[in-house]
Amino acid sequence: MNVVQKLFGFHGGVKPNYNKEASTRLPIAAAPAPTRLVIPLHQSIGGPPRPLVKAGDRVLKGQRIGDADGDVSSAVHASTSGTVIGVEMRLMPHTSGLSAMCVVIEPDGRDEWVERKPFDFRAATPTATRDYLRDAGVVGLGGAVFPSHLKLNAGKQGRLDTLVLNGAECEPFITCDDVLMRERADPLLRGAAIMREMLEASRVLVGIEDNKPEAIAALEAAAKRANDASIQIVAVPTRYPAGGAKQLIRALTGIEVPHGERSTDYGVQCFNVGTAYAIYEAIELGQPLISRIVTVAGNVGQARNYQVLFGTSMRDLVALCSPLPDTDRIIMGGPMMGFRMPSDDVPVVKATNCVLVGSQKLFPPPPPEMPCIRCGECAKVCPADLQPFEMYWFARARIFGKAQEYHLFDCIECGCCAYVCPSRIPLVDYYRFAKSEIWAREVEKEAADEARDRYEFRLLREEREKQEKAAKLAAKTAAGREKAAAALAEAEKPARTPEEEAKHALIAAALERAKAQKDQVHPENTGNLTPEQQAEIAAIEARRAEIREQAKPHLRQDD
Amino acid sequence: MLDALLVMALGAIVLGAALGYAAVRFRVEGDPLVEKIDAILPQTQCGQCGFPGCKPYAQAIAKGEAEINQCPPGGEEGIHKLADLLGREFKPLSAEHGVEKPKAVALIDEQTCIGCTLCIQACPVDAIVGAAKQMHTVIADQCTGCELCLPPCPVNCITMEPIPESVENWKWKYPVVKIVPASKVAA
Amino acid sequence: MNNSPYFLQPASVQSVMLRVLLALIPGIAVYVWFFGAAILVQIALASVTALLAEAAMLKLRGKPVMMFLADGSALVTAWLIALTFPPIAPWWLTVVGVLAAIVIAKHLYGGLGQNPFNPAMVAFALMIVAYPSLMSQWPAVGFTEFLPQWQAIFGPRQLDAITMATPLDALRTALHTADARATVAGVLGSSASFGNIGGKGWEWVAAGYCVGGIYLLQQRIITWHMPAAFLATLFVISGGFALYDPTRFVGPSFHLFTGGAMLGAFFIVTDPVSGCTTPRGKLIFAAGIGLLTWIIRTFGAYPDGIAFAVLLMNIAAPLIDMNTQPPVFGHKRKAGGRP
Repeated sequence: MNVVQKLFGFHGGVKPNYNKEASTRLPIAAAPAPTRLVIPLHQSIGGPPRPLVKAGDRVLKGQRIGDADGDVSSAVHASTSGTVIGVEMRLMPHTSGLSAMCVVIEPDGRDEWVERKPFDFRAATPTATRDYLRDAGVVGLGGAVFPSHLKLNAGKQGRLDTLVLNGAECEPFITCDDVLMRERADPLLRGAAIMREMLEASRVLVGIEDNKPEAIAALEAAAKRANDASIQIVAVPTRYPAGGAKQLIRALTGIEVPHGERSTDYGVQCFNVGTAYAIYEAIELGQPLISRIVTVAGNVGQARNYQVLFGTSMRDLVALCSPLPDTDRIIMGGPMMGFRMPSDDVPVVKATNCVLVGSQKLFPPPPPEMPCIRCGECAKVCPADLQPFEMYWFARARIFGKAQEYHLFDCIECGCCAYVCPSRIPLVDYYRFAKSEIWAREVEKEAADEARDRYEFRLLREEREKQEKAAKLAAKTAAGREKAAAALAEAEKPARTPEEEAKHALIAAALERAKAQKDQVHPENTGNLTPEQQAEIAAIEARRAEIREQAKPHLRQDD
Repeated sequence: MLDALLVMALGAIVLGAALGYAAVRFRVEGDPLVEKIDAILPQTQCGQCGFPGCKPYAQAIAKGEAEINQCPPGGEEGIHKLADLLGREFKPLSAEHGVEKPKAVALIDEQTCIGCTLCIQACPVDAIVGAAKQMHTVIADQCTGCELCLPPCPVNCITMEPIPESVENWKWKYPVVKIVPASKVAA
Repeated sequence: MNNSPYFLQPASVQSVMLRVLLALIPGIAVYVWFFGAAILVQIALASVTALLAEAAMLKLRGKPVMMFLADGSALVTAWLIALTFPPIAPWWLTVVGVLAAIVIAKHLYGGLGQNPFNPAMVAFALMIVAYPSLMSQWPAVGFTEFLPQWQAIFGPRQLDAITMATPLDALRTALHTADARATVAGVLGSSASFGNIGGKGWEWVAAGYCVGGIYLLQQRIITWHMPAAFLATLFVISGGFALYDPTRFVGPSFHLFTGGAMLGAFFIVTDPVSGCTTPRGKLIFAAGIGLLTWIIRTFGAYPDGIAFAVLLMNIAAPLIDMNTQPPVFGHKRKAGGRP
C-alpha cells in the first residue's frame, strides 16, 4: 500500500542547465591509489582534530590519524596503509589559498586494513554509538561536513516524526548521489534504517528530484526488498535548490525550520544519502570514512564518478578524465555554490562531492556589473524568501547591522539571485563578505569583552592588594607605636620598686663591664707601631682622602 | 505686544518647569554614554590614547576632553563608529598617538627570559603567567596586543607576532567592482 | 576571477529595457494612426537628446559611457516623456523636459538605479508647472496632416486648426469653470473629443498600451500587482463616485481609457527603481497612485494627475517597502513548523 506523499514546494528557485547526463553513463570506478596522500586533519565543522601520528610512523588503512577535539569535531583516518612522511602545513582545498595541518602518507601499495568489526549499536547506549560514529569520522557528505553523530540525536521530544534523506542533488553537473542511489540502494537503505532506529523516527522520506528516474526506481526496488513500510521514496520537482536541506524538508513535510534552530525541535532531521551509506559502512562493516564518491565533470573528455580516497590530489583525479586543453580552473562543488580551488594540487576531502573542471568557454566571465535597478528578480527566485537586493545595498555600503535586519544569515548562498540578476551583480560575494565581516566582528567583540573583564578584575585586584598592604603597614606601625607608648609609659613611671632598682643596677653594671672589656681590646695590627709606620699610615690616609675628594663628582654623575 | 510677551514668557516658564521636572523625575543613573563609548573601544588597554586604559579614555571622550581619533588599535573603523555614536565629524587617526597595525600577540622568547616578572606586572589583562626566576609565557588567546610588556623587559625577549591568516579566520574580500575606464570602452 | 555561481542566466538590463521599448510599439502605432506622425518626431527628438545628455553626464561622472549608454534606460525615459508630452509641443519643450529628466532626476541622484523619482514624471511635472498652456495643446483627432504638425514643433506655429483640448481637459474645464449646471453627460455629448469609452482616438491608444503591458506581464518584466492595483483603485473609486452622483463624476471606463491611465498602469507606475518592490508594497504603492490620480483629475488644477500621483508615492515608497517586508523562510509563523 503506497500512500501518495503530498508535496509542499518552496518559494523561488531557478532551472539552470543541469548537465548531468555526461557523468552518469559509466558506473562508479575506483580511482587508483595515488603515490602520495595529503590528508587534512580538519575536514569537518567543529574543532580541528589532534594528530595521532608523526613522521616515520607506519599506518594501516582505516587507522585513526586525527582524534576528534571535543564532541563538536570528527576524527580522520588514513585512507590506505603506508608510511607517514610528515605532519605539516599543506595547501587546503579552500578558496583562500591558505594552508593547514595535513598528514602526508606515502602508500605502500598493500592497502592493508586495520582490524574491522561491526558495531552492535543495538547493544550500545546512544551516546556510545554517537562516540563510535565520531571516531569513525562520519560527517555529512552533502557538502556541509557537519559531524553526523551530533545530528543523530532526537532532541527535545526524544523521538522523531520524520527522517528525511536528501537525494535531491539539485546542483548542475553533480551526480555522485545519483549513481550511489542507483548502484548501492540496498546498503544505503540499511544505513537509513540504522538512523531511523537511533532517532526513533516514525517514517523515512527519501526526496529525489524527478530528473533521476533510475535512482528512484532503484531505491523503490530496494525499499520493496527491505520490506520496510516506513520508507517512502518521493520524487520532488526538479528545481534548484530543491536539495537545500531546509528546502527539501519544506517540500516533503511543509515544515519550515528557521535559521539557527534545530530541525529536530520540529520533529524532522535531514541527512544526505551519502551519509546514510557512510553510516552503514561504519556500523555494519566497521569501516571508518576514508573515501567517497566524487563526480568529475565539466571541461573533460569523459566525465565520470569515482570512489576516491581522501587525500588524493585533484590533479590525479582529473587526469583520469582527460581534461580538455583550455582548462583554466578547478572548482570543488557545483557551478552554483562551488568554490574555485587555489591550485589543482589540493586533496580530495570529505566535502568534495564534485571536482568541476572549468574553462572560459564553459563558465564565461560575467559581463561587467551594472547598478541594481531593483527589478526584484532576485526576490522572486530566493528560496529563503529574502529581499536580496536590500541586503546587497547594505552589504555594499558595509552597513552590516541593517543587512542582518534583512535576515542576511538566513541566506543559504545558493546563488539563485546572482544567477538571474540582469545587472550581473555578484550578489553572493557581497553576502559572503558581509557574513565573514560580521563573524570576525563578533569574535573581536567577544575578545574585547573578555579583555575588559580581565582588565577590570586586575584593577580590582591591584586595589585589593594596595588595601591589604596598607592594612599590613598600618598594623605594623600600630604595633610600633604600641611599643613606643609602652616604653614611654615605662619611663614615666615615677618610682621603681626596690627589687626593680636592684635588677636595673645589676644590668647597668653588666653593661659597664662589657664596655670596659671592649675598650681594652685593640685591633692587633695597629697596636705597638713604630713612628715610621705611623707616618706611613698617615700618608696613606691622606692620599685616600684626596682620591675620595677627586672621585666625588664622578660618583654624583653615576648616581 | 504685551500679550505676546506674556504668552511667550508663560510658555517659557511652563516648558522650563516641565523640563526641570523631567530632569529630576527621569534622571538616568550612571553614564550610559561612557558605557557605549567603552563598548566601541577595542579594550587593548594599551594607553596609546594618553589615558591609562580604555574606560578612562571613554570617560574623557564623553566629557569632551579627548578627541575621538586617539585610538590606534580601534583604527579608522572605530573612529567612524565613535563619530556615528557621538554625532561628531570623522577625523583620520591622530599620528601622535600611533598608527593602526595588524593585530598581533606578544611572544616571549623562552630561552632568553630571565624570569624578572616585570612584564607580568605591566600586562593590563593578566595574560602573562610565570613567577620570579621562572620562565614566563603569554597566553596568546588573552593577549590584546597592547605592547605594554615590551619596554619593561630588561633582556628584550618579547616580540610582537602578527596573527597569521588561517583557513578559520580568513575573510571573504569586498567584491571588486569592475568599472572599465571610459576611454577603453569607447576605443 | 569570479566566484560561484559560475552560471548566469542570459539576462541583462539592456534586454529588459529593449523589451519595454518593444512593448510600447503597439500604442505608438495606434497613436500615429489617429494623431499623425508628430509623435514619431517627438520620440526621435527625445531619444537623441536623452542619449546625448546621458553620454555627457556619464563622461562627467567618470563612468564607462558606452556600457551604460547601451543599457537602454535613457531611451525608455525619453520615449515615456515623448508619449506623455503633447505631440505638437514645441521642440524645446521636449528637449528641456528630457534634459531635466536625465540630468536632474537621474544623474544628479546617482544615475541608473539610484533615482528616487521617476525621471519621466519629473519632466512632466516640471514642464506642466512651468508651461501649462503649451502642455495642454493636444492635436485634434483625425487631423494627421504632417506639415502643420512639423511647424507646430519647429515653427512657425499655427495651432488653431490642429489642436483640441484633451477629453480630460475638456471635461474638467466644463465642470469646473463653465456654468454650474454642466453635467458629465452634457459635456460628453457636446464635445467632439469624446469617443465611445474614453477620449476619441485616445481610447484606442490606451488599448495599444494595454496590449504592450500584457506582453510585459507575459515576459515577467512586470508583475500583475501594480497595474492591477492601480487600475482597480481607479475603477472602484471613479465607479463609486459616478454611482453616487453621475452628473458630477465621470465613470470608470472614461478614467481608465483616457489620459495616461494605461500608459501609467503598465509603463510608469511599474518603474522598479523608484517604486516599491515587495508584493504587498506594490499593491499599496499602485493603489495610492490610483487614488491620488483620481483626486487630482477630479479636483485638481491640472488635466492629468498621474505625474504628481507617481511622484508623491515615490516619496512614500521606501517607507512602504520597509513596512511590508514579506516574512522570511522559517519566520512566517511565530511557532514555526507546520503550515
